[in-house]
This record gives sequence, C-alpha cells and structure tokens, in this order.
Amino acid sequence: MSQKQWQWQDGEYTVTRSTHWSGPGCHDGCGLLYYTKDGKLEKVEGDLDNPYNMGRLCMRCLNQTEAYNHPQRLKWPLKRVGERGENKWERISWDEAYDIIVEKVRYIQKEWGPETICGMEGTGRNIIWQVPYLTYAGFGSPNYVLGFLAGDSCYLPRAAQQAVMNSDFFVCDCAQFFEERYDHPEFVNPKVIVIWGNNPIITNGDGFFGHWIVDEMRMGAKLIVIDPRLTWLASRAEYWLQIRPGTDCALAMGMLNVIINEDLYDHDFVEKWCSGFEELTERVQEYIPEKVAEITWIPKELIEAAARFYAAAKPAAIQWGLAVDQQVTGIATAQAINSLWAITGNTDIPGGNIIAKSGFNVDDGYSCGYKWVSPELQEKRFGNENFPLKKYGLASTAHGDSVLRAIENGGDPYPVKMLWLQTTNTFANMASEAPRVYKAMKSVYFNVVVDLFMTPTAVACADIVLPAGMSAERDSFRAWFSPLRAISKICEYDECKSDEQICLELGKRLHPEAFPWETVADWINWKMGNDKEKYPDAFKIEWSGKTYRERGKTQGLTYRELQEKVYVYPQWQYKKYEKGLLRRDRQPGFNTADGKIQLYIDLFDAFDIDPLPAHIEPPESPYSQPELYKEYPLILTSGTRSWEFFHSEHRQQATMRMFHPQPQVEIHPDTAEKSGIKDGDWVWIESFRGRCKQIAKLVRTIDPRVINAEHGWWFPEKEAAEPSLFGVFDSNINNLTSQCQNGPAGYGAPNKNLLCRVYKVTEENSKVMPGEQVTKKGGWEYVRATF
Amino acid sequence: MSEQLSKEIEGKASVYPQARESLERRLKSEDTSGYGLLIDYEYCTGCHACEVACMKELNLPLNQYGIKLLTDGARQMPDGRWDLNHIPFPTSLCNLCEDRVSKGKMPSCVQHCQALVMSYGPVKELAEKMARKPKMVLFTPQ
Ligand code: SF4
Ligand code: SF4
Repeated sequence: MSQKQWQWQDGEYTVTRSTHWSGPGCHDGCGLLYYTKDGKLEKVEGDLDNPYNMGRLCMRCLNQTEAYNHPQRLKWPLKRVGERGENKWERISWDEAYDIIVEKVRYIQKEWGPETICGMEGTGRNIIWQVPYLTYAGFGSPNYVLGFLAGDSCYLPRAAQQAVMNSDFFVCDCAQFFEERYDHPEFVNPKVIVIWGNNPIITNGDGFFGHWIVDEMRMGAKLIVIDPRLTWLASRAEYWLQIRPGTDCALAMGMLNVIINEDLYDHDFVEKWCSGFEELTERVQEYIPEKVAEITWIPKELIEAAARFYAAAKPAAIQWGLAVDQQVTGIATAQAINSLWAITGNTDIPGGNIIAKSGFNVDDGYSCGYKWVSPELQEKRFGNENFPLKKYGLASTAHGDSVLRAIENGGDPYPVKMLWLQTTNTFANMASEAPRVYKAMKSVYFNVVVDLFMTPTAVACADIVLPAGMSAERDSFRAWFSPLRAISKICEYDECKSDEQICLELGKRLHPEAFPWETVADWINWKMGNDKEKYPDAFKIEWSGKTYRERGKTQGLTYRELQEKVYVYPQWQYKKYEKGLLRRDRQPGFNTADGKIQLYIDLFDAFDIDPLPAHIEPPESPYSQPELYKEYPLILTSGTRSWEFFHSEHRQQATMRMFHPQPQVEIHPDTAEKSGIKDGDWVWIESFRGRCKQIAKLVRTIDPRVINAEHGWWFPEKEAAEPSLFGVFDSNINNLTSQCQNGPAGYGAPNKNLLCRVYKVTEENSKVMPGEQVTKKGGWEYVRATF
Repeated sequence: MSEQLSKEIEGKASVYPQARESLERRLKSEDTSGYGLLIDYEYCTGCHACEVACMKELNLPLNQYGIKLLTDGARQMPDGRWDLNHIPFPTSLCNLCEDRVSKGKMPSCVQHCQALVMSYGPVKELAEKMARKPKMVLFTPQ
C-alpha cells in the first residue's frame, strides 16, 4: 500500500494517482499522475511512488492528452441509417440505444436461442471480466470469444498447456510481486534471461513491463534472444538465435536434447517434482542438434552453446511471448519451453520462472459469470463440437474459427445472429484472413460496436455504435497480475460511458437478478469478494465452492478504499510447491493429478493428443509445400510491435504518425535487389489468399529468405465509407493470413509463418485496390481452409 | 637529418605544437549552468519516451524536439557481432527543464526514460559517474 496520498491540488491542477490500462491499449497497467483542470485532462506524468514502473512511462502514455482530447472521438450513441458500410448515422440517446439492443436481444433469444449471440473483445483490454459477465449473465450465451483470433493464438495455447502441465502461469522473475522490488531480501537477479519470441521492451505483453529486462541486464543478467529479427535486445545478447519462423518447438527440443544428454539438468528437482522424464528423454533423442539446425536454420554450434549457457546459469529465466502461440505447434512449443525451466530447476525460485498470481486472486478473467449459463447451454459453446479438449472444460473462451465457420456455413451447428464487439477492431487487426471475416461479419443479423473512435469494423458492420470512455474516465481496477491497482475516474468526455457502466446498465435491463448492483463501485466491490450479504445470489454464482484463499481475500477492502491506497501488494512467496501453497489439499506439490510437473501430459493422451512435444511443419512452408514455395518464395512473418502503436490503436494521433507515418515491411537488400525494390518503395506483399501494400525498409538484420510486415494498419485520415473503410484493406497483412488452420486441440495458428512474394507497386498493377477487391468484388478467389 | 635531431623528435607526435595550442587557448569559453545530462547509451533502447516527454513539457508543436533520438546501426562488425546504438541528443530548445527543476522535480526526460539511462545533475558529479562506466555521453545543453 502506498504511503502517499492519492489526490491533491497543485496550483490550478487537481493531481490524481491512478493506473492506466486500456483504452487506449496496451496489456500493461502503469502507475501515473493525472493533472486535470475543470474536468479536462491536461497533463500526464509517471508516478514515482508506484513500484511497478517507478515513474517511467512510454511514449503512448506520455501522449495521452492527445488521445483523450482528440476531435475524432465518438461522443454519443449512434444508430445506422444508411446501408452497412455507408457510414451514415443518426445520433440517439443512451436510452434509445439500450431499448433497441434489448429488443433485438429478446427477439434473437426467442427466435434462435441465446447461444446465437457472441460477445467479443480485443486483446488484453480492461474488459476481461466485464464482457464475459455481460455475455454469460446478460445475453445468456456461452459464447464469449476473442474477436475472431484464429486458434485462440494469443496466450491461450500457453495458458491451456501450463494449466494441464503445472496448473499455474509462469513469468520471468523481476521481483514484480514485491513492493520493495529488487530490494526484497530473497530476490536474486537472473544470471541468464532467454527472450523467446517477443520483444518485451516494446510489447509489454501479458502484464509485464518490458524494461524490467533492461533493469536486470544492468544488474548483470546476460541474454539469449530467439527471434527472426535483430531486436535491440538481440543486439545486446550473448547468443542471438535467428530462427526460421514457426520452428520454435524443434529448437526447444534440441536444447532439451543437449541439456539431457550432456547431463546438465537438475536431478534433484526432476526426481522430486517432475513426472514423465523418461518419456521426454526418449522423445528428445529425435531432436539431435544437426537435425534441429536443419529445421530451424540456426547453426548447430549456436544451439548447443545456447543450451549449455542456459543450463549452466542458476538462476535463469525465460521470458516468452506471442510467437509461441502463433504457430500450429503452439501447445507443443509451450510445453517444450516449460520443460526447459522445469528440468533445469528454475521453477518458482528467485531469479527463475515464477508463478504469477492475480492481485488477491481477484481476477477470474474470462469465466466471470459463466455459472449463469445452464450446463446444457455450456455444452453448446462454439468449439466443443470439434475439439474434445475444449468440451472437457479446458477452454476459457469459445473458439473463434468455429464461430466463423458457423456464420459461413449457414448455421451448423447453429447460426450466429448477433455480435457484441467491445473495443475490438476485428479485421483491422486481430482477425486473420481479414476479407473472409469482414464478409462473415457483414452477414450477421445484428451487430453492436462499443469503441473509442469510429473504426473500420464499426463502419462495415455495426447497427448501433456506443462511445466508450478512456481509462481516466472509468472507475475500475487492475488485478492482472499483482498488485491490485485502482483506476480512478477523474474526467468525462461528452456522452461517453465507461465500459463497466455500459455493461452494467445494459445487463440490468436484460437480466436484473444477475445485475443487482446500483453503481459500478458496487459491482467492483462484488468482484473484489465483498458484499456477500447484500447480493447473496450474485455472490453465490461467482464465489460459491471457492475457499477464502481462492476468492478475493482482500480482507473486506472496498473499492473506494483501494482508490485511496492506489495499489495493494498481496503476500507473495517463492517455492510455493514446497510450502503446500498450490494444491487444494494444501499438500506440497503442484495442482496436477500426480502433484508433479507433467513433462508427459496424461490428459493429452486421454484425448488423443500427443502427450509430448513434437515439431510440426507450418502448413505453408518451404518443406510442407515445396510447390507453393516456388511461387511464393519468401517466408512471411508479421506482428512486430511498434513503440508508437498498440495493435490497431493510436493511428489517429498526429504525434505517433510523425514518428511512424506509414506501414513498413522489412526486406533484406539482396532479396529486394532481385525484384528491383529500393528502400522506401511501396511494394505489394502477396500470398495465394490476397495482397496488401507497405513501404519497403531494407535491413541487413533479417534473413534474406524471410520478410517481416507490420500489422494493424488503417488510416483514420482516409474516407470512412466503403470501398475505402479508412483504407483498412490496402495495407492489411491479414489479407494474407489464414483462419481454420489450427494446431491440435484447436489451439495455435500459423499467423507468423506463411509464404508470400513481394513486388514493386506500379500504376499498372494497382488498378484494383484491395479495398475495392474485398468490399465490392467479393474478395480474392481461392479455397478457404476449413476443418 | 642529423642523428642528434632525429633522436630528439623520436616518439613525439609533433615537434611544433605551439601554433595549434595557441589557437586552442584563444577559443571562446563561456559559463554554463553547471548542469548537464548524462546518458548511458549502452542501454538506451530507443523507446522515444524522452522525446515525447520533452515535447509535452515544452509544449512543442509537431516536428519540434527538445531532445532527438539518433541511431547508429545495426551494422555487422568484422567479428560478426552487431553494433546498434541510440543516443538522445538535446537540441537547442532544451532548457534543462528549468520549470520542473525549480520545483524540485527531475527533468521530464530523465524521469520518464524507460531504461533509466539518463541522469541530471552538476557536471562535476556526472563526470565522476561517467568515469565509472564505459559508453556514456555527457551533454551540457545550457
Ligand atoms: S531536460 Fe527537459 S527540456 Fe531538456 S530534453 Fe529533457 S525534457 Fe526536454
Ligand atoms: S527514454 Fe531513455 S531509453 Fe527511451 S529513447 Fe530516451 S534515452 Fe533512450
């Protein structure tokens, strides 16, 4: 808890200490000071007294005033008056908007069943329990979905794998769960950190402040970086393993091969706390370094050296990221990497991979309110029909590819009649195979978009658009991960309402018993585990069957009290498996069937999924499709984060566009030369599914056989109506990516490892722009993958 | 050349340094604020936070900077390793955050630098700090 007061007057400004989370993005929740005057946000500063970021801020947070006061913000609810895609709207009141939505929801529930309504949101946003609750309790549907994200390929493959293998989630130890941070007496700085498939200093993914890695480097940590690109971190690494995109599982197995065969693992830990070691040992024999070098394009000597370097360091930590999920081997890759920190004895030790807990376990995330949905309806959740593992209850969301399929095939197993899209700009960003998703979304009977700005998604398919407040316009909180942090409402913008307010007001109209709270603060108090007597039914739904330890355990702390405290760090300990802190029976061990880390996952065996990691070639690769490779001779990777943007956000801000005006694709000069491409040329990037254009940036740091394109681009300065749709299809790398090409169990998608070709944009080859092709000509012709 | 003369000049970089030294003595010198910005460019990640923090602090329009990020590389060195370095360069608009500093705050760029590589203080102190670690650069904008 913070010593300093949470609000004070500084001359003409009121200063408030709070936390920033979306919107606008990112995944992080940094502490800051808001300076307001007459209800308007005028200045933002980092909060030096918040140990999370210690006063530091990124360029996007520093530029928040531009976002908050941007003239293009949505100001009031809108009703579509023209055709979808025409961008013609009429201003309506909130009451009118709610009335229309309630009427439609009732009609859809009656005609087709509540399961035909899908609730969707963008990645890592501060609506991770609110939209699920609205979907389950308000709409009565089991279908809360991550906005058409193919193969749930963002953390969910890692989450599912970690859940079955060791039942908890792991993160690189940066002393982030202690208020005194690096000063904590038990903390040890990692000797080696492996940065695997992410660039944390820009992405700040999964509740991790990326520059903590830089702190630890400056305290002596050495790096191994696994990345197809030379990132800044890679430039400072002892070992940079320039991997062929989509082969991370093979690399991890190769490293395990070296560590096991050279006897570099932690015998004691393996004997005591792991099961399945013999099976793993047998499997890794298939991954001798020579073979792994061929698969991954990383020299054998480097693989061996990196494996030895990691194994010799104690403690060592692995900070992994999205690239793990964005391959069809998502689950297996995660399992192999998790095995690395398991067999080297780096599990939950100081300076190793530690178990992350939400602040006071408050955050139940995607399953919040699921019990309002009857077991019969739960059975119907999209994805269950195709993937037994999901049916078994491992999935925390419905499966996006299955939703898409049901829309396309006219309603098998049942139709999709309504999409509730809360701050998700689907085909501008998260939805791969964007033109296909665009077409499907347009055909849905009724769509509501809640967002900060008018987006391509809203123009193309919304019937009602609701304006959402930004972070400082919300009473909210952050529990992902510890500490528990307050987000305080200190200003308002026109008729915008907070995401909580919208969900609560609509929920009360749809299903009053499930939304008994008067105010947002009441709702949050419930979410923090309070008010058992006041709202017995709602309390039962969320907390029954959960012990005190598992539920809020905020010791009666109310939301208003939390605001004044700004943040609260719960107790957190190392080596929880030794102390009986992980299992429900309070015995030492992990919360798995045999109490051990399952290197061989029994449960997978039962569902006919490989219980051990194995490399699977990306479905479109030089080796899996040599014929296609002749036509499309480059590997396409994408999704690299920029400092200026969080995915498709921030494109309206002139300051960000000053730093980063246009989309760029990184190409090796030798590759470019072959096609007569010069630095700064607009080029078409094309796969057999479609094409988009970006500006060539020639870099020697990328493999000549690989190109790296940017994602999330649309142009708020361009025409909103179709065919332009803010230019969303013209530079959209998701014209090339795929849906319905998932890995085993429906997890993982090859978004970062496809095939393509590049050529210069000319007047001749640009007569039909992608926007027109997609919105007017039915998209490109090719066979759409299905399962 | 006589043997004696060649002995006298042996090992000297120059035998007539006086002209250059006299010029150097005459070059303009001027009092500074005595304060500067020290930057550890080994760990500057190029995150742009300093640039935006400064634009906000000085209320600058687009395309004006109080501090501007410069980048060298990435370039592959003869030994195969890669050299990539960023240095934020204070422009003529940097006033060393006189407003903030007068209120006891750190300069905005220094506080917000995500990599914590910027320090502000008396030049003498910064120079001492600089001597303790390579890859540092000291600026005296004022
Ligand atoms: S010291 Fe202040 S004025 Fe100078 S560069 Fe930093 S933020 Fe800008
Ligand atoms: S804020 Fe710090 S790390 Fe970021 S660019 Fe400036 S000096 Fe470098």
